[in-house]
Amino acid sequence: MRILPILKHALCSLPLFLTATAAFAQNEIIVGEFASLTGGSASFGQSSHKGTQLAIDELNAAGGVLGRKFKLITEDDQSLAGQPATIVRKLITQDKAIAILGEVASSKSLEAAPICQQNNIPMISPASTNPKVTEVGNYVFRICFIDPFQGTVMSKFALGKGYKKVALLTDVKQDYSVGLSEFFVKHFTANGGAIVKDQKFSTGDKDFKAQLTSIKTTKPDAIFVPGYYGEVALIAKQARQLGIKVPLLGGDGWVGDSLLKVAGNSLDGCFFSSHFSAEDKTPAVQDFVKKYQAKYGQAPDDMGALGYDSAMILADAIKRAGGTDGAKLRDAIAATKDYKAITGVITIDEKRNASKSAVIMAIENAGFKFLETVAP
Amino acid sequence: MSPQTIEFIQQLINGLSQGAIYALIALGYTMVFGVLRFINFAHGDLYMIGGFAGWMLFAAPENEAKTGMWASLSRSFAAIPPGMPKVLLALALAMMFCAALGMLIEWLCYRPLRQRPRITVLITAIGVSLFLESFGQYIWGAAPKSFPTLIEDPAITIPETWGSISTLTVLTSQVIIFCTTLGLLALLTFIVLKTKIGMAMRALAFNQTACALMGVNVNLIIAFTFGLGSALAGAAGILTSIQQPSIDPLMGILPGLKAFVAAVLGGIGNLAGAVLGAFLLGVVETMVIGYVSPTYKDAVAFGVLIFILLLRPAGLLGKNVREKV
Repeated sequence: MRILPILKHALCSLPLFLTATAAFAQNEIIVGEFASLTGGSASFGQSSHKGTQLAIDELNAAGGVLGRKFKLITEDDQSLAGQPATIVRKLITQDKAIAILGEVASSKSLEAAPICQQNNIPMISPASTNPKVTEVGNYVFRICFIDPFQGTVMSKFALGKGYKKVALLTDVKQDYSVGLSEFFVKHFTANGGAIVKDQKFSTGDKDFKAQLTSIKTTKPDAIFVPGYYGEVALIAKQARQLGIKVPLLGGDGWVGDSLLKVAGNSLDGCFFSSHFSAEDKTPAVQDFVKKYQAKYGQAPDDMGALGYDSAMILADAIKRAGGTDGAKLRDAIAATKDYKAITGVITIDEKRNASKSAVIMAIENAGFKFLETVAP
Repeated sequence: MSPQTIEFIQQLINGLSQGAIYALIALGYTMVFGVLRFINFAHGDLYMIGGFAGWMLFAAPENEAKTGMWASLSRSFAAIPPGMPKVLLALALAMMFCAALGMLIEWLCYRPLRQRPRITVLITAIGVSLFLESFGQYIWGAAPKSFPTLIEDPAITIPETWGSISTLTVLTSQVIIFCTTLGLLALLTFIVLKTKIGMAMRALAFNQTACALMGVNVNLIIAFTFGLGSALAGAAGILTSIQQPSIDPLMGILPGLKAFVAAVLGGIGNLAGAVLGAFLLGVVETMVIGYVSPTYKDAVAFGVLIFILLLRPAGLLGKNVREKV
């Protein structure tokens, strides 16, 4: 058997190889990131990754923390269900990441969270707003607000606008969308509003005329569409074609550069809640916008800002923990208080969620416009 | 008419327009199967390539940064005012491009394997499909692209004098897609039944070896079949993108699957059957979304498939060929 000696050789060199990586790991702080760099929600992953990378580069340029530099290893989950589990397991066991950053979509974060929890590796999601994400365990954090808050903000906004009858159009494949609808309905109906139609669709659908036709007959004042940008753009376009003129309302899932490119003027007069606005005049925000613009040649969106914040909060926690030991790092992240981030002042609460403000954005002439900030 | 009736008719229109898109893809599927007894799983991806061919040629704003012949060509195409000539030009170019690509794929990937077991070619087709999807993501990126306006797509106004029917919405693009589908069905039927090359295609479906013995150029006929099928996929890519102007490299997977189901439903290998199956699938899907729940749309659509295949194993219009023992 020719194969045996080769196998033996390989086995002998394995320990050598392992010690080599271990020694390497002591010098650098390895941070694992999983993001949807390709696929249906690629806009999210691309932006959050750009933000994260910017933060890591900045930290390294300043000499790193505790005298050690950062190394960011990013893996692509292709926006596919099932991928996050595989690649996060790889980041932890093979690359020896000391913390995991990601994902934007709640469904993806929910897949990765149990793996981080089992391995006692802290995970920080930049933008998953579904409450279930951090309920997985005490090693899972997020630095964004959660759906009950976001749903309530939009419900309050709708009531303030005088909308009494609202139709829903929910993406049943996304925990994010289902959660947002649930909390919107809870607040809206408790405060005198009525849901006249509850329609659904699935991620990847391209034709929404059936749902919109049945919504049209109920003559709502507005339609709440807490979907992701890809579907929302087509929904808006087809709604206008079918002669539905009422505003659409949504959440942070609308943020993506292809939203307005596809929708054109169809979304004019619509509103959505989000995390951050590049129009915010705070010096820290403007400074960040300038740096991001210089590096990538485009203005940052919400996911870019959140990605940046997630890496910065991790670095801050490593500094306070005095090392990268899983348990100590976890405690340090949990103790984050009044951290002045780009997307607002962040305090991590006892449920490992961030309590912070939201912004409401309007769409006018196929462009985003900052409307107001809503405090938690 | 009561609002309920109006809503029902509107859903029927929506369903037929969705079905017409499935039909365009299903026609190509069923034709390649009819001749070669081979399911070309890359067909849905050729549909995607058709959409991107249109985008590459007509979306000048996205190519503005680039210079050279390609950019100037694209700019001059983009300068054509939206309207029917632009649609026809896009259709012709995308169909030619897809036909060439389809023949290239056949020559590179399927021809060397023609004498191998059928499963080998089938797996190769899946490989080609994955290659096209990944290649598309590599060169165009995975984020959805906005498809240029080839034709203004207003709702066709129905006169007020027609009473409550005037509240119905029919889009220009829906009419175009519907007519193109029926037109292509007629054209294909003509080619297959009335022309010499069509006769060769039908003969090939019976017995390849005998065909070759009778002096039919088998390679040429198979290449032609692939070219024609791929051109249809390209046409579907352009027409769909007019109505749903968001294209991405993975857009072919689901419609490809649905079209395959439609082709099987109507009796695979049968052109009229593919169109009938596609319309049925589109209408059933839309009705389930509108009146039951979108969650169950695929379950019901595939349930219908199982039910019909139980009653008629060869599909709605399929011929029941009995094999001699």
